[in-house]
Amino acid sequence: MTADTRNSALDAATGLPPARTPWEETWRLLRKNRLAFSGLLIFVIFFLVAVAGILLTAGSRPVLDPAQVRLQEKLLPPLSLPNHEVLPPEALPPLGRYLLGTDDLGRDVFARMLQGAWVSLTVGFVAVGIAVIIGIILGGLAGYYGDQELEVGHLLVWTTGVIAAFLLLTNRPAGAAAAAAASAVIWIVMRRERSLYEGPPSRRRWFTRGLVSVDTLIMRAVDVMLCFPSFFLILTVVALLPASLYNIMVVIGLTSWMGTTRFVRAEFLSLREQDFVAAARALGIGDMRIIFRHIMPNAMAPVLVSATLGIATAILTEAGLSFLGFGVPPPHATWGNILSDGKQFIFDAPWLTFAPGIVILIVVLAFNLFGEGLRDIMNPKLRERN
Amino acid sequence: MTAFLGRSLIQKTITLFLVSVVSFLIIHLAPGEPSQIDPLNPKFSPEMVERMRQEFHLDKPLHIQYLLFYRDLFSGRIVSWRDNLPVLNKIGERFLNSLPLFIVGTLLTWTFSFPVGIRSAIRRDGPFDKTTTFLAYVLISIPGFFFAYILIILVVTQLHVPVIGMYSFGIDTASPMVRFMDRVWHLVLPSVLGATGGIAVLSRYVRSQMLEIIGQDYVRTARAKGLPDDAVYYRHALRNALLPFVTMFGLILPGLIGGSVIIESIFSWPGMGRMAYEAILARDYPVILTLNFITAVLVLVGTLISDLLYMVVDPRIRL
Amino acid sequence: MHFHGEGPVARAVDGIDFQIHRRQTVCIVGESGCGKTVTALAVMGLLPMPPARIAGGRILFDGRSLLDLPADQWRTLRGRRIAMVFQEPMTSLNPVFTIGDQIRETILAHEALKEAQARLRTISLLNDVGIEDPERRASDYPHQLSGGQRQRAMIAMALACGPDLIIADEPTTALDVTVQAQILHLLQRLQADKQMAIQYITHDLSVVSAIADRIYVMYAGVMVEQGNPGQIFQQARHPYTRALLDALPTKEKRGQRLATIPGTVPHPAYKPSGCPFHPRCGFREPACERDFPQMCDYGDGHGARCPVIQRMGGFP
Repeated sequence: MTADTRNSALDAATGLPPARTPWEETWRLLRKNRLAFSGLLIFVIFFLVAVAGILLTAGSRPVLDPAQVRLQEKLLPPLSLPNHEVLPPEALPPLGRYLLGTDDLGRDVFARMLQGAWVSLTVGFVAVGIAVIIGIILGGLAGYYGDQELEVGHLLVWTTGVIAAFLLLTNRPAGAAAAAAASAVIWIVMRRERSLYEGPPSRRRWFTRGLVSVDTLIMRAVDVMLCFPSFFLILTVVALLPASLYNIMVVIGLTSWMGTTRFVRAEFLSLREQDFVAAARALGIGDMRIIFRHIMPNAMAPVLVSATLGIATAILTEAGLSFLGFGVPPPHATWGNILSDGKQFIFDAPWLTFAPGIVILIVVLAFNLFGEGLRDIMNPKLRERN
Repeated sequence: MTAFLGRSLIQKTITLFLVSVVSFLIIHLAPGEPSQIDPLNPKFSPEMVERMRQEFHLDKPLHIQYLLFYRDLFSGRIVSWRDNLPVLNKIGERFLNSLPLFIVGTLLTWTFSFPVGIRSAIRRDGPFDKTTTFLAYVLISIPGFFFAYILIILVVTQLHVPVIGMYSFGIDTASPMVRFMDRVWHLVLPSVLGATGGIAVLSRYVRSQMLEIIGQDYVRTARAKGLPDDAVYYRHALRNALLPFVTMFGLILPGLIGGSVIIESIFSWPGMGRMAYEAILARDYPVILTLNFITAVLVLVGTLISDLLYMVVDPRIRL
Repeated sequence: MHFHGEGPVARAVDGIDFQIHRRQTVCIVGESGCGKTVTALAVMGLLPMPPARIAGGRILFDGRSLLDLPADQWRTLRGRRIAMVFQEPMTSLNPVFTIGDQIRETILAHEALKEAQARLRTISLLNDVGIEDPERRASDYPHQLSGGQRQRAMIAMALACGPDLIIADEPTTALDVTVQAQILHLLQRLQADKQMAIQYITHDLSVVSAIADRIYVMYAGVMVEQGNPGQIFQQARHPYTRALLDALPTKEKRGQRLATIPGTVPHPAYKPSGCPFHPRCGFREPACERDFPQMCDYGDGHGARCPVIQRMGGFP
């Protein structure tokens, strides 16, 4: 408040609006957008709960044991008191009550929800992290180096390289060495050919002929991936692989990078043509520095928005997979499989459905609101107006 | 025009080929084989397994398997590994079951999204806009299966109508009217559920599209000409705001298979989504691959249709 | 006319006062961002509200106060009695309708005519604004026309119902120089033919000298000087007008360095106190930073908001 008045008093002399850094401006606009700000708050709370959850429920003697079975105490409603007479003291809930009731095996739903929070958090962040990294790399390549032609030789170098890696992984070192050598030889021949001959492209030797542009290649890959219905694809792959948290995160990540790729490419394409990039290039600044210092920071806003929304989608996808029985294997609790287990008792023990259902709703809603709010805030048209 | 058609047909054929290769590789490189699915089943003697492997060409190298599979697919001879029935017939039957769900869901989605989105854009930040915006976020964020259970509880306990399956068991003997109402009741919940997510997303998109257009110079021009508000919004703004949705119209085709897995599982609806789910559970590769291939074809046909539609509605695009 | 416009925090236009008589061409001059377009949109009733808000003042048209008019009646004036030509003909024409459609629509919105009559009027309008082969052009989409033709179509649209006043907001800025001259001549010819008043908004003084009957100079939402072309060009009495004139290339100044005005137009939300021009003014006195300057009358409709120059009796 005081800072604001001081600023405007200062700037009355110059007639210019007060200078704010982009981060200050974003924060100021975020505080004004109530929905987005509450989304951010819930996200912070969720993060703290998930961290507390992993601390309280992990280890050999956890404070809150999500795996403690109490067959005498099954399907108790929320806030009910444990029966001190039938339970051994180590099986009593540490909080004195079953905050969210118990399930069909008498396990404490509150403890299981805490354990599940960490799963949802990691699934969301790791899956989106993978997708965003792939998206930035491929989108950046397509956007910045898009018009470069991939030559026949490049393709040969890459294929032999991949074959070498494959042979090495399958324990055939002799074959791997041969393939790697072939790869190296082709590469050296290509280098030599290039340094000797700088004529028109049509007269080049066959292995330095342009085959397909980098952009076409990457965008075709995006098209191919978009032909798969995403949930069906994820389901298929998860079903084929052994059930584990890591497989799920990786599969969700590997099947959701297309959106990020598309608009990172679009951002790069438009930023590449901007004058400040041309100026940087005219100053002889290297490609890598241009990409990471000049283009990337400008392209980050939409990436951040889509990553936030992507986390929401990933959490929902994991819950859906757990619901269909392909999620993280039991006994580990996730919100999806608590809900899925609870569906048989929906009339007898509705809290088994409602506790995870409502929590998923709130967390996903928070990410969606925050993401959409960020999108509005990052929109330069709206920035001007405020 | 012809050049555009030819080029995009070639491009899409290449994409389709790549899709077929990728999906084939995903399925066959994953660990495990259908012949090992149930090693304890006494019917699966080693000789049996060997015979199965031969019959389904599993003993051949991968690229031969690929060629044989797609030869069978195109000649319509492909059979399910589970029950030896022709896959295409099975899919055809399930397709007819999914169709009513799909049609009702799509109609609901498109008829509700547009009025809601347009109204909230015109009365931006008013009470209607704020309510629908928040509701849309809730509907986007709610897990589908959780929402389904809430609705099932509500409908079953309040209205006392049957909702699981395509029709009630033993209803065949009832009068035609009763049978018809029974079908309708079974159809309502799953299609409403299928539509809610779509309505939420689409109405948001309509709203932002409409807002963007309302800010354009030519809308100001329309006002400057003294046109009434209705003409400004529904003629000048809407006509432009609708352009991108023409693209989406082509893309609803693939929703026939993709979006319905969870809903069809919950409601035990014998449609394509449930078929896909069952095929994945049983590792019935021919069914999975065929469904995948058909979806890819639908996606590609959809994009082609939307490109063509775009040319029809946007005078600036002449290819 | 006199009104105070105000944005949520940004006081874009504040304290301006001008009149346009029949058949007169009135020019509003000023740098970009000084509130010219906001003024025009306020007259048209086209300011988006919110965020804009007209905090006070009056807009009189033909003796009627526009601000007190019900929205519906104001709308029937728009396009029929007051019409507007915008800066960017490319974005101001709706891309999905033919220009014929867009002109005909204006006619049908205000007059009870048959389709066929409106079509005939459309073609004659296109002919009036110098578009060749108007029958065929009427069924063209905006993207099929050149920039100059698009602006001609815009003008035809503005003329559709024979308005009394045309507000032209920098109609030639987006066009090539040769086309600019054609559009200016077209406007002048049409004004003589149709007996209209024109409010011409521009930042380009060379255009003003060619067409204006009366000139208002705006700076930071304030009218700083007003007068006829002779008074403004020969006897400017405001430092800002003077600076604008000095920045104009002329024969006498050949070979010399053109003057520039240091600094930029203030952001509407952070206007300086006192005279809005004082941070950039070479004749600044301590009082300028404190007191909002009054309009000093030089007789014969000439006035300038600068007491310093009045005391000095003109520029040294």
